Formats: sequence, C-alpha cells, structure tokens
Amino acid sequence: MIKFLLSRLLQAVPVLIIVITATFFIVHAAPGGPFSADKAVPPEVIQALEAQYKLDQPVWRQYLGYLGDIARGDFGPSFKYPGRSVNELIMAGLPITAELAFYAMIIAILIGVLSGVGAAMRPNTLQDYVPMTLAMIGICMPSFLLGPLLVLVFGIQLELLPVSGWGDIPGDKILPSITLGTGYAAFIARLSRGGMLEILSQDYIRTARAKGLRETTVIIKHALRGGLIPVVAFLGPAFAGLLAGSFVVETIFQIPGIGRFYVQAAFNRDYTLILGMTIFLSTLIIIFNLISDLISIWLNPKLRDEVSNG
Amino acid sequence: MKEISLILNLSELLKKSINLLKLVFLAQLLLLSASCGDSQTNVEKGNINGTLYWGNGTEPQSLDPQIATGVPEHHVISALMEGLVLKDRKTLLPKPGVAESWDISDDGRVYTFKIRDNARWSNGDSLTANDFVWSWWRALQPALGNLYAYMLFPIENAQEYYEGALTDFSKVGAKALDENTLQVTLNHPTPYFLQLLDHYSLFPVHKETIEKFGAADERGTRWTYAGNLVGNGAFTLDEWEINRKILVKKNKNYWDSDNVDLNEIVFLPIDNMVTEERMFRAGQLHVTSSLPADKIAAYKEIDDSPMRISPYLGTYFYRINVDVPHLQDPRIRRALAMAIDRVNLVEKITKGGQIPAYAMTPPGTMGYFPESSLQYDPERARKLLSDAGYPNGKDFPITEILYNTNEGHRKIAIAIQEMWKKNLNIDIQILNQEWKVYLDSESAGEYQISRAGWIGDYVDPNNFLDMFICEGGNNRTGWCNEEYDDLILKIAPATKSHKERLEIFQKAETMLLDDMPVIPIYTYTSIQLIDSAVKNFDSNIMNHAYYKDIYLESLN
Repeated sequence: MIKFLLSRLLQAVPVLIIVITATFFIVHAAPGGPFSADKAVPPEVIQALEAQYKLDQPVWRQYLGYLGDIARGDFGPSFKYPGRSVNELIMAGLPITAELAFYAMIIAILIGVLSGVGAAMRPNTLQDYVPMTLAMIGICMPSFLLGPLLVLVFGIQLELLPVSGWGDIPGDKILPSITLGTGYAAFIARLSRGGMLEILSQDYIRTARAKGLRETTVIIKHALRGGLIPVVAFLGPAFAGLLAGSFVVETIFQIPGIGRFYVQAAFNRDYTLILGMTIFLSTLIIIFNLISDLISIWLNPKLRDEVSNG
Repeated sequence: MKEISLILNLSELLKKSINLLKLVFLAQLLLLSASCGDSQTNVEKGNINGTLYWGNGTEPQSLDPQIATGVPEHHVISALMEGLVLKDRKTLLPKPGVAESWDISDDGRVYTFKIRDNARWSNGDSLTANDFVWSWWRALQPALGNLYAYMLFPIENAQEYYEGALTDFSKVGAKALDENTLQVTLNHPTPYFLQLLDHYSLFPVHKETIEKFGAADERGTRWTYAGNLVGNGAFTLDEWEINRKILVKKNKNYWDSDNVDLNEIVFLPIDNMVTEERMFRAGQLHVTSSLPADKIAAYKEIDDSPMRISPYLGTYFYRINVDVPHLQDPRIRRALAMAIDRVNLVEKITKGGQIPAYAMTPPGTMGYFPESSLQYDPERARKLLSDAGYPNGKDFPITEILYNTNEGHRKIAIAIQEMWKKNLNIDIQILNQEWKVYLDSESAGEYQISRAGWIGDYVDPNNFLDMFICEGGNNRTGWCNEEYDDLILKIAPATKSHKERLEIFQKAETMLLDDMPVIPIYTYTSIQLIDSAVKNFDSNIMNHAYYKDIYLESLN
C-alpha cells in the first residue's frame, strides 16, 4: 500500500513539471502583454514595469527563476493587482470556493445517490424514468442558465432567498450551492444507477436474497458498497472540477472565490496569477484523484488484492 | 409473498430517503427563517444608517492614485482623497477643494494656491503645500509606472524631468512658497489646468505612510491596504476584502466633514452587468455602474424609472489605417464615413440614447460645439467612391473591420457592414479578437479598419484632438499632418482668449474630418440604475460622483 502511494506521488512530479512548463511558455507566447492598455503606455513606463517583473530578461532565465520561486512556495506578485501576491489572492478566494464546492458536493451526493439507487432498484418503471429524465435535464442544463432561473424564481419573484453574495446575508449560500451541485447530482445519479444495476445482477446479491435477507439490508449492506464504486471514482475529479469550475457560479452570484480570478487573470495576461492558479489547481486535481483511488481500493476487495500483491 | 415484502422494504427505503431529504430541507428552512427575521434589504438598511451601496464594476487594481487607472478605481479614490480643487457636481466647474482660493497670473502661466488651514490628513497630520510638491515628484518617477504622468506635463519642465532630460526636480514648476502657499508654473497658459487638479494622478499622497511601506517610487507596496492608507478625502478606508467589497467610512478629520452626510459607502465589485441589475432589483444596491443594453427598453416603460441616461464625455469611432493601399485616398475614407446612418444605428442597435457623432470631440466640451460637414449622404458617398476609382463599388478590395470580442461591438460592426454594402456596394468582413490581442494588432497597425472608443480624461477639446498628432501614442492610424500638429501643439496653447482657442480647435477638427483617418460614430452615454433615495447625485458629462454631496432620503 505504501509502495502504491509512493509511486503515485512520484508520478505526480513529472506531471506537475510538464504542467508548469507548458503553461509558462504558452502564457508567455500568447499575444498581448500584461501591460498593454487601451490608452498608449509610454515607453518609460513599459520599461520600468518590465524591469520590475523581470520581463526584460530572456524567457529561459525567467523560467528558471520562476521554478526557483515556486520551489519555495512563492507564486510571485500579481501583475494586474500591484501590491497583491498570487499566494495572497489564492488564499483569499480558496476558503470561499472550497466551502461552495463542499456544499455543492453534499447536495450532489444526496440527490444523486438517492435517486440513482432508487432508480436501479426498480429499473424501467416510473421510479426509474422520472429521476433519470430529470438527471438528463440536470446534466444538460448549464449553470449559467440554471443560476439566473433560480434567482428569478426564488430571489426576485418569491423573495425567499438573496440573489447574490456569500456569507453577507443569511441564506445567500443556498442558491449558489444548488446551482453548482445540480449538474453533478445528475451525473452521480446516472453513475450510481449504472453501478447498482450491475451489482444487483451479481451472484452474491442473489445469494444474499436467497438467504432471505430483507431487501433494505441487501441494498445497504451488500450492494451499495460495490455499486457506488463508480461514484467514488468520480468524486475526486468532481471535487477538483467543482473548485476549478466554480467560475460561472461565482460570477452569477458575485462570490469572491478563486474561480473569478482564474478567468480574469487569463484576460489580463496576469502571467504569475495564471501560472499560480494552474499549478495550484493541478496539484489539487492530483491529490483528489489519489484520494478517490484510495477510497475505491478500500471499497473494492479485488483492487485491494491487486495493490497489496502488486 | 416475496414480492409484497420487497415492495414493503422498498417503500421503507424510500421513506427513509424522503425523511433524509426532509431533514435537509428543514435545515435549509431554518437558515431561511433566520434570514426572514432580518428581511430588510441593503437599501432599506442603508437609508436609515446612511450607508450607500454602490455597484462599482470590477475589483480595483490599486488604490494608489499614482498607479491606478480606470473608473472603479477612480470612484473609490475620489472618496478617499481630494485634490486642490473640487468640481461642481452638475457643471464640473472648479470649486475650492484643499485649496480655499487661487490666483492666476495675467499671462495665465502662474497659479498660486492658498491651501486651507484646516486641511488635514485622515490621521490628523496637517496637509501642506510641500505635500503636493512631494506627491507630484512621486507621480513623475518613471519606476512607479504611472500611466497618467502626462496629466502633469502642462507643469513647467515636468515632461523633461519625467523623460530624464532634466534631473533636478527643483526646476519643475511646483514650489511651496510656505506651508499654505503652492505656486505652480506652467509651460503655456493651459485653460484646462484647474480641471486636471481634480484628477487622481494629481491628488496628494501621504509621504510618511508611503515611505513606511517601501521606497517612494516602489510599485505595489502595502500602503494602500485598509488600516495603512492615510488619505485626505471625505472618507477613510475601513475594509478592503478582495472581490467582495470595499468599505469606506466618514473621515472626521476632513476639513468639510460637517457637510458630509453619508456615514459609509460600500463599493461592491460586480463585473457581471446582469447580476448587478438583479441585485439592484433585490434592493442590494443603491446605484449600478451600468445596465445591460437589452434591459433599457423595459426600464423605459416604467413610471419613475430608476434608469438614468446621460451624455458621457466619450466618442465611439472607427480608426482607419491610412497605410492600407486602398484606404489611402481621403475620398474613400469620407465615402465610408458618409455611408453610415448613425441615427438608425443609435435608435435600432445601441438603443441607449447615444448621440450620433459627426466630429471627434463631443459637442459641448468646454463650450465647444464642433461644426462638421460630415452627414449621412449615400448619394455623395457613392460619388466620392466613384471619383476615387471604384464606380458602384466595383473591384473595391474586401475590407476588414476589426473589433474586440463583445456583443455590442459585433452588432454595430454588422450594421455598418450592411450599410456599406447597401450604400456603396462594397464587401466588408468583420473580425473579432480577444481584448489584448486586439490591442496588439491595433498598435502594430495590423488592421484595416478598427473599432475604438475614447473617454475624456478632462473636459477640453484638446483631450480629443491631441490624440491624432503625428507622434501621438493613441493615434495608431498612420495619419500625420504637420499643419495639424502645429495647431494643436503650438498655436492653440499660445492663444490669448478662450474663443480664439476654440477657433483653432475647430480648424484642427475640420482638418481631421476632411482627411478622415477616423470615423466618428456616436457620443457615449452613461446608463445607470439609481434608487430614488439617493439625492444630490446629479449627472455630469464625466459621470463623476461627488460623494460628499450625496445624501440618502429615508422614507421611514
């Protein structure tokens, strides 16, 4: 097991280096610089700024310098927000985005697993068709449509919930979490239905039923564990995806998370912020994938054997 | 029998799941009921507490007045700091700010400002003439990267110092004669100089604070953070949460604090116009920074509409690259300009009350109403095109309009594409590029026709016309006319009277329009939603807000 962990962590290093290198050179090669503006920028200013951010050095030297900085955990100063470091910007937005992603995940799992398992228990009946059709709609409905719709109904028409913000007005966390979670709930519903259907046709389930166990016991004690493996495998990347992809929801609801910085950074050619965010999110994706693999192994005896034998 | 038990079990499981869901909803309802107890909106609360909730567009990049550029930054900085003069909130005519009075020498070159005795920094330090001299010295340090350094160039030797031709700052025309007297000597009589003093690049900054957090010319130190920043405006910086809000509170040390009515302003960075409009409707904002164009019609229908549309000192125009072979002939450029039906464009496409523009300078800029021979005249446009060798548009090369990716610009480009096809029978392609790529293409001259906009920094025709001098960084058309340069750079500054000066500008403007390296399209408007409780917030062509004047009328 430790060998497995170590090898996975070692694999992560070249992946990260490739990500850093590719992003660094793509960002620097992109047309338009961080300091170009609508109004002409005097050459004196361009010179001063490039010197300050070391952009006057050859690219390879900038690259090596940057690698040295991130090895020390320093993502450098933001170009667009003078006086703010990239670390500071990430740390300001991360807790908020993480909280949003966490609530969204809870909603996604609750709704997704319940409706998926319910559907799998009675396939090809209304109990299957209704939630699965809804799931299909949920997958297809983009958050930039669902969010404003929810706001119009619950915020503006019914005046039940705040239309924007995060932690400013009580209840303002509900709509963003639902908006972000819904798409994932739909995915999870379909995954858990598929997983459960497969498991429910297995011999060991038949044996359990033949022993005369109650159906609830069969489902909860025997089937769920195997049936939810695809869901668990999905959760790791999903959580990373929630963190990285919260941009749309953060914009709709005016939430000061990291997603907004990421997209703004790209438009502004804020090199250090783009790089910092990319590296940070890549690391998160690697970590969450690893965690979900570990849980899958724990849930699946076949994999457990493979890991301990291999 | 087995089937029945299965159904029973199933229903049990379902019941359990439903119970779980109920629990979740209950939890949310609890949260809700907590919110219902406090059902007042921001606006309702603000009207009672004197807190203005202000939609401020994007997150400010910096609150350092000598680094910042942009409208959101300007809003916050103008609450925190104040220049020598303020402006009347309606007419924008200069009125006393930090300076209680000033004298102008007969030749119009020497301004002597009397700084009021009770001018104070927010930490209680007194504000002196030396503070201005030091601040302007800082504004002219190239290392600082001040994009607005040129706002100081009317001051004698300021440009030479900035560009390094002069190293002795004492030769620059800003002197403190004593604690309360500041003497400013200009290169030429500059009638708009008082206007400039209300621009943040000429605001005073607190030396001790800046030096506490780094070198004077160091960019991006922490002196502008909440808790650090010391200003001299009607408000002080209380909180700055990135991407969430900036909270400013009334400054008790401000010289005129007795006449400041608001207790607090909350600046909310809302970069999504649609979200901003929804927040306004939900009572979370007093004032929005904008309004999506497709909502204008609906707001026009409302009685006592919160929408305000007012003229804005800016021109939407197309640049023509005069180095492109088939665009070198001025007749062709005029033909293009004459074949645009601007009235139709603003009424059917932009719909925001924009004013069709037939000259570069917006009408009424410092009493200047440019005359123009340009009008919508398809007949004459066809004749000009034919004279230039393209009868009925025959063989006219396919020409490209470049614009930065934006739905509004696209609609305008398509409309103009159709007008030129219909009126001149020429084929136009439209090409969009992402903002920074577009900026690169435009400054490199890699375009044929390109969308542009110019928002005035100060109210004077000079700000619109000096763009097109040969070496002007914002010219970008390749057009160069030495006679024009002379008018703008030499003759206009030397004029004795306002009337004479405007005549020179008219001459230059006519020259520009005859050659037509730019096609003026419309004069901008600012479109905002404003809650009826907000008083003394008059419109002006710079769309500047003077927060010290604003008060909120509470209906309770």
